[in-house]
Amino acid sequence: MKREMLKFLLFVVLILVAPLAFKGGYLLNVLVFVGINTMLAVALNLLLGYAGQISLGHAGFFGIGAYLSGILTATCGWNPWFAMPFAACMVGILAALIGFPILKLKGHYLAMATLGLGIIIYIVFNETVDLTGGPSGLSGIPNLAAGPLVFNSDIRNYYLVWTFALAVVLFAVNLADSRVGRALRAVHDSEVAARVMGVNVRLLKVQVFALSAVISSLAGSLYAHTMTFVSPASFGFNFSVELLTMVVIGGLGSVYGSFLGAALLTLLPELLRGAQDYDIVIYGGLLLVMVMFMPGGLVRGIPHLFRKIAGIGEGAGNA
Amino acid sequence: MLEVSGITRIFGGVTALDDISFTIGQGSITGVIGPNGAGKTTLFNIITGIYSRTSGRVSLEGRDISGLPPERLARLGMVRTFQNIELFGNMSVLENVMVGLHTKGSCGLLACSLRMPWSIAEERRLRKAAGKWLEFTGISDLADDTAGNLSFGKGRLLEIARALAVEPRIILMDEPAAGLNSRETLGLAHLMEDIRQMGVTVVLVEHDMELVMDVCDRIVVLNLGRKLAEGTPREIQENTEVIAAYLGEE
Amino acid sequence: MQLEQILQYMFSGLSTGAIYALIGIGFSIIFNATGIINFAQGEFVMLGGMLTLFFLEALKLPLWAAIPCAVAVSALAGLLFERFAIRPLRRPTPLNLVIVTIAGSILIRGLAMLLWGKDTHAIPPFSGDEPISIAGATILPQHIWILAITLLIIAANKFFFYHTISGKAMRACSYNRRAAGLVGIDVQRMVLFSFVISSVLGSLAGVIVAPLTMTAYDVGIMLGLKGFCAAIIGGMSSGLSTVVGGLILGILESLGAGLISSGYKDAIAFIILLLILFIRPQGLFGKAESERV
Repeated sequence: MKREMLKFLLFVVLILVAPLAFKGGYLLNVLVFVGINTMLAVALNLLLGYAGQISLGHAGFFGIGAYLSGILTATCGWNPWFAMPFAACMVGILAALIGFPILKLKGHYLAMATLGLGIIIYIVFNETVDLTGGPSGLSGIPNLAAGPLVFNSDIRNYYLVWTFALAVVLFAVNLADSRVGRALRAVHDSEVAARVMGVNVRLLKVQVFALSAVISSLAGSLYAHTMTFVSPASFGFNFSVELLTMVVIGGLGSVYGSFLGAALLTLLPELLRGAQDYDIVIYGGLLLVMVMFMPGGLVRGIPHLFRKIAGIGEGAGNA
Repeated sequence: MLEVSGITRIFGGVTALDDISFTIGQGSITGVIGPNGAGKTTLFNIITGIYSRTSGRVSLEGRDISGLPPERLARLGMVRTFQNIELFGNMSVLENVMVGLHTKGSCGLLACSLRMPWSIAEERRLRKAAGKWLEFTGISDLADDTAGNLSFGKGRLLEIARALAVEPRIILMDEPAAGLNSRETLGLAHLMEDIRQMGVTVVLVEHDMELVMDVCDRIVVLNLGRKLAEGTPREIQENTEVIAAYLGEE
Repeated sequence: MQLEQILQYMFSGLSTGAIYALIGIGFSIIFNATGIINFAQGEFVMLGGMLTLFFLEALKLPLWAAIPCAVAVSALAGLLFERFAIRPLRRPTPLNLVIVTIAGSILIRGLAMLLWGKDTHAIPPFSGDEPISIAGATILPQHIWILAITLLIIAANKFFFYHTISGKAMRACSYNRRAAGLVGIDVQRMVLFSFVISSVLGSLAGVIVAPLTMTAYDVGIMLGLKGFCAAIIGGMSSGLSTVVGGLILGILESLGAGLISSGYKDAIAFIILLLILFIRPQGLFGKAESERV
């Protein structure tokens, strides 16, 4: 336990200090997105890495959170600090309702069903033009504010978003090594044995699904308020696949792996500024290579590689 | 303790089980044997809520448990182990047993993630209890090993430790001796006696006749989906029908 | 609503349905032989159209030569995909397979975009675009091509799987892989065949529909998903059930787009998909499966 706490504190320090390295640069803006994507990747990891349930529609929950926050604040004049939890609740309820039938499915079928769900949500964003502004998007979303302090600059948004992101990371780290976390991982390894041990698998899957959706919704709300503009293009199938890629590349079941994956995939397009059109090919290639040669993700693969290179033998099993 | 009456299971055109009835006494060790294809595992799966039955009843301590799912049965005191040991391969040995203690804890999703103080205390309690069960089955030294890396014999012991952590009233073991060498099988026999001493009823499906005759108080014989015979080991050994079923008619 | 209009919708629904059926059969063939759902299936459909275009415009081949070339190259792509992405997979868990096939689809799509850009292109219809009038509804010659070629392919399919050794071998693999291997069937080769056949079917579907709906580097996603939907409705059969599934989907989609709203047209397929998966995952015609422990 103490080790986990130490790891987390180091991570917090890293995050607090990072902006200093990117003083006033354009990259600071990107780091805000790393924070949002970290929340999303960790949320997906709970479902995918711990419970072993494939979801290809998580961009949908992200989008609903973003649009609900956007519409309630920009169009209906709500206070953003009310709109955000309200949106999260709505998404949570939706996810719980959908979760019951959808999580009866397994493997490929679940993947396809969540994919279909995500696309339906995307189509709704595009078609309900009166509400969402359709393909041109919704603008004029207010920034969040804490009294006189308005979050309208990169550095402020950075700390705002990362406060939430760190909370989510802590949440996930605590969950991993707990009764419920163990039950989740058990479901992943052998659903039938988990049931025999008294785990209510069906309920648990729905709970994780809903939790994962709620976190995604929060990320969506934050996205809406930091960007002040949302459009359906950010919430389609491509982004769901990107999230999946982040989780897989980082390492399934590893919270910090999700951060790594999120950071890598958010920064990559920036580093490839010149080779813009190549990003799709690179995603696909990366994903393929990872799954074939480093199925445990970077978080396990890199130490493994070091050990091999340094000639240290294969020893203690390492989760 | 456990009463099975009229259990029938028809899969499409095949009658896997036909009107199976027997009673298991409290604190006994009962063996269910029969040639391959007799329907033993199907019967187990029906009793433990993994398959549904076509007709018939199962009751546990007088209470009708027919059709209840495994997660309910765990809380009612029934647990089982699997022929192909279903371990949680990516978790440590200790963690596997701690999953067995799932019903002994109550920390929910939010409480766990927020590390509520009482959840920390509960965690400590569960860890200690898990250690106790590892000791009982003699695999304490493997506590931090990854379950998926265990040898088959140790894996079996882990599965039993995990099942015992549920603190069941009755434990059903599906071919526990499969894949064990004679030394390990002997250890298993002793373990089953220890389990009985704790007041837990044991039912096992087995092919290892030596173990069955040695350890069981009563034996139920199935053949081709029907109950062929029931009785003490001596009675079964002398039953001509049973002998014929296993060896074929002369 | 006049009868002619409904008839119109039904005709166009039939032809798009036929396309979905072809794509769906492609999914089913791979699934039945390997248990894999090939997320990249839609990309072979895309390749059919785009490659034909390439051969037509860049190499100036006549239509009747461009199409077989396009199909052949797609088949090659399918072969390479199986050989280098699927076969070497160390842990073929459903998750890994989903990821690999998604990755494959991304790669193929990305390469197409690099090679041919993001624009949509049109392919000339096979025999002109004089509308034909039937009972007050108009259909285009291309519609007839689609239906005819689909029927041909279904017949060829039936023949292959039931009357040739390779076809029967593939069916054997789908029923029981191990037993098939034990009787001397080269299971790995059958797996390869299934990918090749599926990519042929997919690309053919892509070619024959391209004159109607235009083609671009990203048409594969939607078509692939709808083809999958057809396969699910048909219970993953590589025969008549999936065809019926595709036709039902096509007609419902067309009617829905015409009578209710065209913006939500794509959503119809996915709503049907979800409903089927929730209520009757074995498809309209399949038998329920029981789980073995």
